[in-house]
Amino acid sequence: MSKSNFTRRGVLKTGAVAGAGLALPTIFTAQSGHAFTNDPTGGSVTLGFNVPQTGPYADEGADELRAYQLAVEHLNGEGDSGMLNTFTSKELQGNGILGKKVEYVTGDTQTKSDAARASAKSMIEKDGAIMITGGSSSGVAIAVQGLCQEAGVIFMAGLTHSNDTTGKDRKANGFRHFFNGYMSGAALAPVLKNIYGDDRKAYHLTADYTWGWTQQESIAAATEALGWETVNNVLTPLASTDFSSYIAPVLNSGADVLVLNHYGGNMVNSLTNAVQFGLREKVVNGKDFEIVVPLYSRLMAKGAGANVKGIHGSTNWHWSLQDEGSKAFVKSFGTKYGFPPSQAAHTCYVQTLLYADAVTRAGSFAPCAVAEALEGFEFDGLGNGKTLYRAEDHQCFKDVLVVRGKENPTSEFDLLEVVEVTPAAQVTYAPDHAMFGGADASLGECNNGA
Amino acid sequence: MDGLILQILNGLDKGSAYALIALGLTLIFGTLGVVNFAHGALFMIGAFCAVTISKILNISYEVVDPNQTDFLGNPLKVKTPYVESWFGPEMGTSIIDWSVPLAILLTIPVMMLIGLIMERGLIKHFYSREHADQILVTFGLAIVLQEIIKYYFGANPIQTPPPEALQGVANVGAAFGMDLPYPIWRIVYFCFSLGIIGAVFAFLQFTTFGMVVRAGMADRETVGLLGINIDRRFTIMFAIAAAVAGLAGVMYAPINPPNYHMGMDFLVLSFVVVVVGGMGSLPGAVLAGFMLGILESFASTTWATTTLPGINQIIIYLVAIIVLLTRPRGLMGRKGVMEE
Repeated sequence: MSKSNFTRRGVLKTGAVAGAGLALPTIFTAQSGHAFTNDPTGGSVTLGFNVPQTGPYADEGADELRAYQLAVEHLNGEGDSGMLNTFTSKELQGNGILGKKVEYVTGDTQTKSDAARASAKSMIEKDGAIMITGGSSSGVAIAVQGLCQEAGVIFMAGLTHSNDTTGKDRKANGFRHFFNGYMSGAALAPVLKNIYGDDRKAYHLTADYTWGWTQQESIAAATEALGWETVNNVLTPLASTDFSSYIAPVLNSGADVLVLNHYGGNMVNSLTNAVQFGLREKVVNGKDFEIVVPLYSRLMAKGAGANVKGIHGSTNWHWSLQDEGSKAFVKSFGTKYGFPPSQAAHTCYVQTLLYADAVTRAGSFAPCAVAEALEGFEFDGLGNGKTLYRAEDHQCFKDVLVVRGKENPTSEFDLLEVVEVTPAAQVTYAPDHAMFGGADASLGECNNGA
Repeated sequence: MDGLILQILNGLDKGSAYALIALGLTLIFGTLGVVNFAHGALFMIGAFCAVTISKILNISYEVVDPNQTDFLGNPLKVKTPYVESWFGPEMGTSIIDWSVPLAILLTIPVMMLIGLIMERGLIKHFYSREHADQILVTFGLAIVLQEIIKYYFGANPIQTPPPEALQGVANVGAAFGMDLPYPIWRIVYFCFSLGIIGAVFAFLQFTTFGMVVRAGMADRETVGLLGINIDRRFTIMFAIAAAVAGLAGVMYAPINPPNYHMGMDFLVLSFVVVVVGGMGSLPGAVLAGFMLGILESFASTTWATTTLPGINQIIIYLVAIIVLLTRPRGLMGRKGVMEE
């Protein structure tokens, strides 16, 4: 008969030590505890830049890509480091992200939702992209954001201005630095009231898709709150090229302001047509007729040429800003490419830095850890003053620029002048605001993916 | 009432572009039997002839102005066009100002040359092929042409204003005591289109060359048996059709800033115009162009879009369906064309 050396106390002690030993990696490293999509295991990490390389916004997409390439250079310690020097967070050291060299792949959104989703999917599944960013359309942004949520990667939106992106269609894995339609209205309306008075009748022409609808709703609400009347809102098909038949009824509508809720080629053509029809020379209700373009872009202003002179709008950022962050970015971009960056380039560059910084602060590429690091993050030095990435809807809150088409431009880039820098507080709204999905809007659960 | 007349004017204006493109399409189809899906691209290239002339006239030399700075804070390089330097500031500015009308002089030979190259180099090899093959090859060609334009000029629209003297509005209702402000350049465009349409019809009607072409359109074989080289004449007609599309484009440039995609925007509508007008019928193409332009214009009015939401997007196709159901050969189609 043999005698066993096992005792109850000994088994418990051994079990506790073995258990602690097994648990050790997961206690100190979150990554190995929870697998996530495209966990970068080698010496590099791949980012996916999904921009319009063909189609009507190809020029804007090309500018976004330039900004991304510049951001990658700076993250990898090349070039003059740009905004890394002015960013208030000092986590990024120019040695990649968490010591891994930053590499990138690109996709072509074609400014079509299905094509954008397909290219994002390909970058995630075939190229191992850990984060997707870019785009020049709200329809595309919302579609790709949904895909990234399902795939379990972070989506850092590019140029998207619809309230819905961080409103009713907000997602836990999606983040937007760019401003939105509500903010344009909140910034623009007081300036318009000061310049044109509070007794105005506005006629809206609105692009018939998510961005146009939410911008029109925002601008109408903001101007009506200050005394303006909205006499009509006409939805125009996105494919419209000639707006003469939409402009002609404005002449006899009794309106004394035309608001063009158009972007890109639509904006260039509708503004050109409105000027052709002599609206700017008209006097209605005893007042000079005015045109407003709520969302301006320098690239679009270039397309509209002299027609933009004196016309007000809003923008997320402009290269003429004189804060240290903006100057550093303009210098880096301008030296490399020979012309100043667009607002699309700026927001894309900033989003890349913000992602890299969040990963570094989180100490992990896991999407949920990154999201947690971005939520409620306050920063400065990236060109828009003090900025908050709000936790409730993943929308950045920062100053908004009201701009006007310059009367006497000194160069082909010098098309807009900043009229007012509207403080962030004036454009801030409640996360459950009715224009943003109300109380029903929710980020949902963060998804780490596989 | 004023609004009604303005919409008719808008319709005539849009119809002018449709009619000119459809006229060229019909000429090519009627003579060569080819369904040319690259015709919209020819319209677009015409518009870019205006852009090119404007860019050439604006080629500048740079002088550093130490008193101004560029966006990087360096001394600003002020650009002065050579034409202003050669002809004096006033004359030089005037030449640049009239770049669009001047571009017409370039457009006619350039478009005829492009037309000849297209026809001799590519399309002639598809005469005996199925219409589907012709459509595929010409559509592919259209994509190639627009990508070439995008490569050199970018994707953004390029503002190409009319001469200053032709900017602004004219009161077209003044004679009737009405206030009908309408853009001067759009009136110019309409008149120009009527002139081109009239010239093409006159050419076909009153010249020996035109008479042979019309005979060839009616019975190619018989004309050939008479010892007339009808192929050469049809090739020239292709070049003329290309020039008509180009002229429509160059004059359209100030109406809406040209972009590489503008040809495609017009192409589908122009084909509908051709079908509604009647395949092979030149007067039908012109009539349908103006008719559909006016209908499209009315369908975009607030009253129409409020009463029937979305009508502005489908009106042309709706009319096409009705016309084809009631008159299968189109408004002025001839028996035997596109029929077995």
